[in-house]
Amino acid sequence: MASRAETTPGGAPPAAPKKSLRALVPSRARGNLADQVYGTLLQGCGLILPLLFGFMILQIGREAWFAVSTFGGGFVTSSSWNPVSGEFGALPFIYGTIVSSFLALAIAVPLSVGLAIFLTELAPLWLARPIAFATELLAAIPSVVYGLWGIFVLVPFLRSTIQEPLSEALGGVIPFFAGPAYGFSILSGAVIISIMIVPFISAVAREVLEAVPRDQREAALALGATRWEMTWHVALPYALPGIIGGSILGLGRALGETMAVTMVIGNRPDIPVSLFAPGYTMASVLANEFAEATGDLYLSALMEIALILFGITLVVNVLAQLLVWRVSKRGGQA
Amino acid sequence: MTDAINRRRKIQNTVWLTLTGVASLLVVVPLILIFYHLISSGAGALNVAFFTRLPAPVGETGGGMANALLGTAQLVFYAGLFGIPIAVAVGVFMAEAGRTRFGSFVRLVADVMNGIPSIVVGIFVWAWVVVAMGGFSLLAGAIALAVMLIPMVARTTEEMVRLVPKELREGGQALGFTRWRTTLGIVLPAAKSGILTGVLVALARIAGETAPLLFTAFGNPFWEWRLNEPVASLPLLIYQYAISPYDDWHRQAWAASLVLIGLVLVVNVLARSIFKNPYRSR
Repeated sequence: MASRAETTPGGAPPAAPKKSLRALVPSRARGNLADQVYGTLLQGCGLILPLLFGFMILQIGREAWFAVSTFGGGFVTSSSWNPVSGEFGALPFIYGTIVSSFLALAIAVPLSVGLAIFLTELAPLWLARPIAFATELLAAIPSVVYGLWGIFVLVPFLRSTIQEPLSEALGGVIPFFAGPAYGFSILSGAVIISIMIVPFISAVAREVLEAVPRDQREAALALGATRWEMTWHVALPYALPGIIGGSILGLGRALGETMAVTMVIGNRPDIPVSLFAPGYTMASVLANEFAEATGDLYLSALMEIALILFGITLVVNVLAQLLVWRVSKRGGQA
Repeated sequence: MTDAINRRRKIQNTVWLTLTGVASLLVVVPLILIFYHLISSGAGALNVAFFTRLPAPVGETGGGMANALLGTAQLVFYAGLFGIPIAVAVGVFMAEAGRTRFGSFVRLVADVMNGIPSIVVGIFVWAWVVVAMGGFSLLAGAIALAVMLIPMVARTTEEMVRLVPKELREGGQALGFTRWRTTLGIVLPAAKSGILTGVLVALARIAGETAPLLFTAFGNPFWEWRLNEPVASLPLLIYQYAISPYDDWHRQAWAASLVLIGLVLVVNVLARSIFKNPYRSR
């Protein structure tokens, strides 16, 4: 209904005969030259972002083409990376990126949902305000500052209080905890990423939890549900699609996170089973090696890694956007 | 029997709700720790030299980061100069195109571009500008930051333009304003404070970016004003100093981080105080 009215900005009621109305409008108000130019210019502005985006893919793709045509599919399945001897396999970086990102997600999603529930269902305003502000501050801290803090505070802390005891107690039984505790490790990378993506996920989670209709909450409470039962059986299922969308958005951030991860993950092109061993991510290898890459093939191989990273984050982001849009559309109709 | 069940439900209720509180605590604690360490390790290393002197050569203690402060200001200034007009124009387009197919497509592209890893933006600008110019430069760094800024500011501009009530626009047109004068003379001024807030938040974001500058602005130990030469920046220097083996550099990295965070927070608070939405209560 409302959209019908919007499509006729002249304000004419849809039922009125259009032609006779138009005849009443002075001709210079109909086809103002400046307005036509303005309309065309505005459409042109709309083209800027898609063009820039296409140009981006083209530039990186062109530079990566040499490596793509040289290595073919072997590039993503080979696990040896040795630029000096001309071996370029991207598997260690893909593995490191995916493992650290999903581990970060596994830490960040429960925390974010817990935080969102606490803020929407439980906390009084005087407590909810500063906590919400604090999570927004977390999002404003530059990546390199997280990295600095990671190097000098988080990594030593994780090494002495988590890695060493766990690897001594369980290292022989569970391979994830095996091996010497380096400190600079996939675990450290995942923890720092999780701190960085909590603000994004919790912001979306809060928004969708707040959108749960009051009637539904009150109906559940009236039936005798406890607060937790109301949250778990009524509010969360309603908000679930949005929370999933927010988590995927967080995953997109995690995959592309560069500086903080580079500074704490150890930067070793291995595929370790243990989370306590150093790893490497796609973004990190670009940050570390791109400026010093010698030789066309080396450079092109790094470009292909950039292209793969671009592709993965692209898919993840489009997926997240579609989910979040669907949820907000449903909210709009309700 | 029902008493036992009810007791279990009550316990369950308390336990889970407490856990959500614990989760909130776990989120807030890192923030407090980061600020604690920034102040305890950084404040001591802040002195006049930090703001007035060039970095000391490797192996020598002392020196400052004055050129990096200037470099960050230059990069952000030029990025804003290139990026803001484009971003506002794109934002106005998205707001006016509304739910048309092309408008939704551009909106999706903007959202996706917001999610592109910053390191990939750096590499794109390297392949485009640095290769064409034959070397690292202030210009390349500013373009990389502008590419990050444009989708951010475009989206906030769109939202702010949409907040302007339709009556205001129709009022202008009823008075015989053309479409372009309505937009420039009525809608944009009405959305001004919101757009400015979005711009400031975005500028604060890009001021702290490191990854897009690694292969574009590159860094420079001296003062630099020319657009076609590499330039220093605060985040780049923090990175360099943090991974160096020198204690004095570590201290300076903490100090620089404290300054950077201070700048980012001041701009963010400023941005919040500017924004007031006069149309919210409708």
